Amino acid sequence: MESILVLTHADESGAVLSKGSLESVTAGRELAARLGAELTIGIVAKDASSAAAQVAGAAKRLLGVQGEAFAQARFASDAAACEALCRAAQATIVLAPHSSRFARVMAAVAHRVGGLIDTHITAIGGAANLEATRWFYRQRIEAVVSREKRPWFLLLDAGTHPAFAGEAAPAQAEEIAIAVELPALRTEVKGTRAPKQGAQTIRPDAKLLFVAGAGWTKKQPDGQIHVEDAGELILKFLGASGASLGSSKSLVDQGGEGNSVLPFLTHLNQVGQTGSTPRHAKGLSTCCHGEEPHVVGWRFVGERRAVSLDPNCGWTRGKADVVYVADAFEVMKRVNALLEDAASGS
Amino acid sequence: MSNAFHIVVCAGIVPDPLQTLEPTTGPSGPGIKNEMVLPAVLDPWAASALFEAASLAAKNPGSPQSPSKVWLVSLGPKAKLQQVMMSVAQKVSFELVPVDGPIGGFPDAQATAAVLADAIAAIPGLDRERMLLFGGWESATRGAGVTLQLVGERLGIADQFQGVDQIELHEDGSFEVLERVEGGKHQVSVCAGVPAVLGWATGNLAEPRNNPQVGMANMRTIMPALQKAKTATLDGNGLHYVSVSLPKQQRTTRVEKNMNADEIAAELVAWIGAE
Ligand SMILES: Cc1cc2nc3c(=O)[nH]c(=O)nc-3n(C[C@H](O)[C@H](O)[C@H](O)COP(=O)(O)OP(=O)(O)OC[C@H]3O[C@@H](n4cnc5c(N)ncnc54)[C@H](O)[C@@H]3O)c2cc1C
Repeated sequence: MESILVLTHADESGAVLSKGSLESVTAGRELAARLGAELTIGIVAKDASSAAAQVAGAAKRLLGVQGEAFAQARFASDAAACEALCRAAQATIVLAPHSSRFARVMAAVAHRVGGLIDTHITAIGGAANLEATRWFYRQRIEAVVSREKRPWFLLLDAGTHPAFAGEAAPAQAEEIAIAVELPALRTEVKGTRAPKQGAQTIRPDAKLLFVAGAGWTKKQPDGQIHVEDAGELILKFLGASGASLGSSKSLVDQGGEGNSVLPFLTHLNQVGQTGSTPRHAKGLSTCCHGEEPHVVGWRFVGERRAVSLDPNCGWTRGKADVVYVADAFEVMKRVNALLEDAASGS
Repeated sequence: MSNAFHIVVCAGIVPDPLQTLEPTTGPSGPGIKNEMVLPAVLDPWAASALFEAASLAAKNPGSPQSPSKVWLVSLGPKAKLQQVMMSVAQKVSFELVPVDGPIGGFPDAQATAAVLADAIAAIPGLDRERMLLFGGWESATRGAGVTLQLVGERLGIADQFQGVDQIELHEDGSFEVLERVEGGKHQVSVCAGVPAVLGWATGNLAEPRNNPQVGMANMRTIMPALQKAKTATLDGNGLHYVSVSLPKQQRTTRVEKNMNADEIAAELVAWIGAE
């Protein structure tokens, strides 16, 4: 008989569970109901007691590790905390969000408790047996895997389950506190840093992904480059639409070569083979050719449209729903004007 | 003060990303059709790690008695490793530690990590107290972000960082690391000193130009190392593939060649606003 532990962690506040954690709670509840398995939720947070209130009704058993050391997303303390929770729960299946915080430690935790791990899980299924879906070769090949060995750890990709939203209730304090023996802590987390000053352009929760390609910085039909105009048009659009900004590799790479490049772009914006694979309902590509190493990053983007001057670009070959063969400078200028009109209510 | 580092870079070989990939099933499980003959490259994020390692070693050469050094540990079919090393060797100086084994992303990551950890533990002259264990934070094959972490865990390294874009050394031997976290930000940490594990993302360095002199010096040690490479068999760890398939979603693309910018803009704004 399986038993399930969902490991969760707090967001930066230290007292509220992260969205990914709440998504894992949903996944855990669904799986527990299907397998008739007992469910435990484990919490790693500076203030796990407060965080527990969000999931008080979600599972039979709540365990928590808390204290100042767990305010920081750091390998040594997080691994020790998760290990302690796993040892206390003795579950056969461990679910957790594939967040940067848990992805950093969970393989090591699985190893410590004699388990095995699979990550970037996009679906959990199987009838008699537990099966997990994940992608290989940068989202180019999809596989369903199962394992006999237990405990089996599964890290769930963000956005694959709805976030758990139950009635908040005080959690039972005696259930909460799990003691952790911490190793010497040689690392101190100082905080987070946005890569460049100015607008925060990466918005994982945005409905729309807007991708800028290298065409924005190339010579245009008038024989000139218009990088400043490009930057203005893009930032204006991001401001008006709330979209998240992605980029092709060719465009971000220009920054390193001393060329004039859009100042707000970094490798963190890059989508694709050696970039990110964001999850958005819609995606709009502009001035980007739609080559395979770029488009693999669009695997989890629902509806896709592209504006490109090239009628034979990659997007036209079954990679986008609509391709407008047009000048993105002209199109985006008008899109911005329309969004501005709409915002001012005219 | 001169820091001397022993930097071990774990890097696999992967199909060139411009290749079309098709899954097949062989006697030992799933694989990629013709993977042995597809052009291969050093795994891109692990390649960033190698270039960062070389740069770090060059900036911190240590002393003649105790120099900094870079090892490249790679598991793959010997013949394929040799092909890829011909071009990687032109880039930066390293000593290759090859392990002859299977290709591709389908073998179990924990089994791969066990083999790599054993190979590293057996490197003659490696001072593990001075070690920086580098690699890509995720591979271009399995993309799990598990292997390097497990190698570090098996080698008993208690400070690990993933999605690293920068390391900055301080005079006292401590260093600052920038790791990618959610929302397009970096987490900034300061670690008291080596040993540590750094799984690299893109980093800050462009790919070094080919340097024939470096290539020749590297190849002098690479070829004998390949000849002596031990063969590893990987434990299946009970990993069972229920299915392996290409995505079915080929879209029917509407290509609009004759709409003017106003019409396109109106259509896009309606589409963006639609639920
Ligand atoms: C190992 C490896 C990893 C890679 N990883 C990635 C990755 O993660 N992400 C990625 O993006 N790429 C990646 N690539 C690179 C990829 O193969 C392409 O080279 C890259 O995506 C091309 O970027 P682009 O489409 O922006 O530029 P280009 O190929 O230069 O295309 C620019 C496009 O803009 C159009 N254009 C120009 N002006 C306008 C205008 N005014 N209006 C509309 N359209 C216009 C042009 O017609 C053209 O189609 C990788 C390659 C390798 C080898």
